[in-house]
Amino acid sequence: MDNMARLSSSQCTKVFLQRDFTEGTGVRFQNKFPQELEGKIDRAILERTINTVNSIYLEAESLSGRTYCESCFACMTAYIAYLCMDTHYEKCLKKVARYIEEQNKTVFVQQGLMLVDPAERGLRVFEICILTEQQNR
Amino acid sequence: MMARQTGIFYLTCTLIIVTSGLFFGFDCVYLAQHVTPAIPAIGGALFIFVMATLFRTSFSDPGVIPRASLDEAAELERQMEVPNAGSPGTYRPPPRTKEVVIKGQVVKLKYCFTCKLFRPPRASHCSLCDNCVDRFDHHCPWVGNCVGKRNYRYFYLFILSLSVHCIYIFACVLTNLILRAQQDNFLTAMKESPASVIEAIVCFFSVWSIVGLAGFHSYLVASELTTNEDIKGSFTARRGADSFNPYSKGSIFKNCSQVLCGPVPPSLLDRRGYVVPDSSQAHHVSGPETQKERESNSVNVRHEYYGSTTVTNQKTGNMGTNTAPDLPPPAVVTTADEMLPAGENVKKREMISYQTPDGTINNKLPPLNGTSSPPTCGGRKNHIWDMTLNQLNYMGRSNNHAAIHGTNPGSVYPQPYRHSDYLSGTSVLPAVKGNKSTMSRGCSTDF
Ligand SMILES: [Zn+2]
Ligand SMILES: [Zn+2]
Repeated sequence: MDNMARLSSSQCTKVFLQRDFTEGTGVRFQNKFPQELEGKIDRAILERTINTVNSIYLEAESLSGRTYCESCFACMTAYIAYLCMDTHYEKCLKKVARYIEEQNKTVFVQQGLMLVDPAERGLRVFEICILTEQQNR
Repeated sequence: MMARQTGIFYLTCTLIIVTSGLFFGFDCVYLAQHVTPAIPAIGGALFIFVMATLFRTSFSDPGVIPRASLDEAAELERQMEVPNAGSPGTYRPPPRTKEVVIKGQVVKLKYCFTCKLFRPPRASHCSLCDNCVDRFDHHCPWVGNCVGKRNYRYFYLFILSLSVHCIYIFACVLTNLILRAQQDNFLTAMKESPASVIEAIVCFFSVWSIVGLAGFHSYLVASELTTNEDIKGSFTARRGADSFNPYSKGSIFKNCSQVLCGPVPPSLLDRRGYVVPDSSQAHHVSGPETQKERESNSVNVRHEYYGSTTVTNQKTGNMGTNTAPDLPPPAVVTTADEMLPAGENVKKREMISYQTPDGTINNKLPPLNGTSSPPTCGGRKNHIWDMTLNQLNYMGRSNNHAAIHGTNPGSVYPQPYRHSDYLSGTSVLPAVKGNKSTMSRGCSTDF
C-alpha cells in the first residue's frame, strides 16, 4: 500500500517458535523451520541459531558442579549472597541476549528479519519479526 | 510480589519473632550461664536462617509467567480458530488444550484465558495472585505468596529450618525448666520463668503441624512432585504401567539436589518492562498522566487494574473531559463474552466490534451478532477481567488516536481496523512505559 520498506516492528508479521517440552520442562525451542520464513532465510542459518540458543539454555539449566557450589554457598550465607552476585543462569541469559543481538546485526537484519530475545517474552516463545511484511492476519 | 492479603504473613512473623525473642531474652541467659554459651549461638544462627528463608519465600517472584504479548495471543487465537473456521453460524469455542509428550508421557497443557497462553507443564494459575506460576506448588497464606519454581527451595528450607528451630527451642526450654526444678520444685521453676512456659506452649502446638509439613515436603522433594500434582494424583491416579512422573530425575538423591541446589531462573517479570507492547503510545499521548502512570509492565501492576472496580470507575469518571467536545463519537469497543462456569478462571471468548471514525462498524471473532451489539455504556463490566492490560492500553490508544484524527483516519490506519490491528502493539521502542490512562478516553463507555 505504501512504499515503506521497513515497518516498525509493531506492525510487522511475526513468526513464533513455541517451546519444545519433549526433553522435560527445561527451556528449549522447537527447531522446526516455520513455513512463513520459506525463502526469507537459509534453513541452516536459522537452525544453527536456534540450536546455539538452546544449547546455552541447556547449559544454564544443567546441574553442573558450578551451580551446585554456587547454590550451596548461597545457602550457607542464608541466601544473602544472591543480593550481590549473578547466578550462572543469569549469566547464561545475558549470553543469549548478546548472541541474539550479534546474530541480528550480522545476519538477520540484512535478510529483513529480526529475532527477539526469548527472555523478553518470558521464555515462552522465540519470536521472529519479518520486518518487510505488514501484518495481515 | 506479595498478594493482597498479608495479615497471616504478619502473624507468622510475629509468632516466630516473639517466641524467639522470649527464648533469647530469658532462657538463653540462664542456659548460657549454666550449660554452655553455644546454645544462644546455635539458636541465633537458626533464627537468622529461618527469617532469611521466610523473607526469601515471601518477597521473591515465585516464577510468574509473564502474560503473552498481544501478537502471541493473536497467533494462538489464530491457531485455535482453524478447526471450526467453516461454521460461522454455530460457533463453538475451540478446544483449549494442547497435548505434548514429555519423555514419552502425554501431558495436557491448558490454555489460560487470563494470561493468554498455554500453561507450560507444571504451571498453574493462582487465583489469589492472578498469575500463572511455573511449577506451581500451592499458594501459602502463611508466607503470603505463591510457592512455585523460583521459591520452592526457600519455602522447603524455611519449613525445614523452622521445624528444627521449633524443636530446638522446645528442648532448650525443657532443659531450662528441669535445671531450675532441680533446685526447687517444678512449680516454682515455672513461676521463676513464665516466658519459658509461653514458649513451651507455642512450640508444643506448632511443632506437630510444622514437622508434619516438613515431612510431607521432604517426600515431595525426594520424588520431585509438587503439592498440586500430589493432590491431583497426576502420575499415580491412572495406575497404568506407563504412568510415571516425567519430571523425576531418577533417584532420590538427584531429585533432592535438583530442588535444593539446582539452577533457578531469574525472574522474568521486569525484563518485559522495556519491550512494552504499548510503548508507542508515548507518541500519541502526552500529558500529566503519562508521567504519573508510568509504571512497569510487570504482571503485578495489572492486578490492581483488574482487581478493583474502583480504579476503573474512577477512570470512567474523568472521560469526556479529555475528548474534544465536537468530535464524532470515538470508536467504541464492545466486548461480548460468554461466561462458562469455570473453576479457577473466568472462561470467556471475547468478541470485539468497533466503530471506525468513518462510521463503519467492523467486527471479528466470532462472526455472529457483533454488529448488532450496540455501542452503549451499559455493557457488561466483566469482560475487563479477560483482557490483558496491553489490550486495554492498545485499544485505548487506538481509540484515542481515532478521536484525535477523527476526520482523517487514513493517515495512520489505512484501512478499517482489523482485529489484528488491535493486537499488534508490540514495539521495540525503548523504555517508555504504557500509559494506562488512555483507556479512559474513547472507549470509556465500556470501562
Ligand atoms: Zn494464567
Ligand atoms: Zn498465589
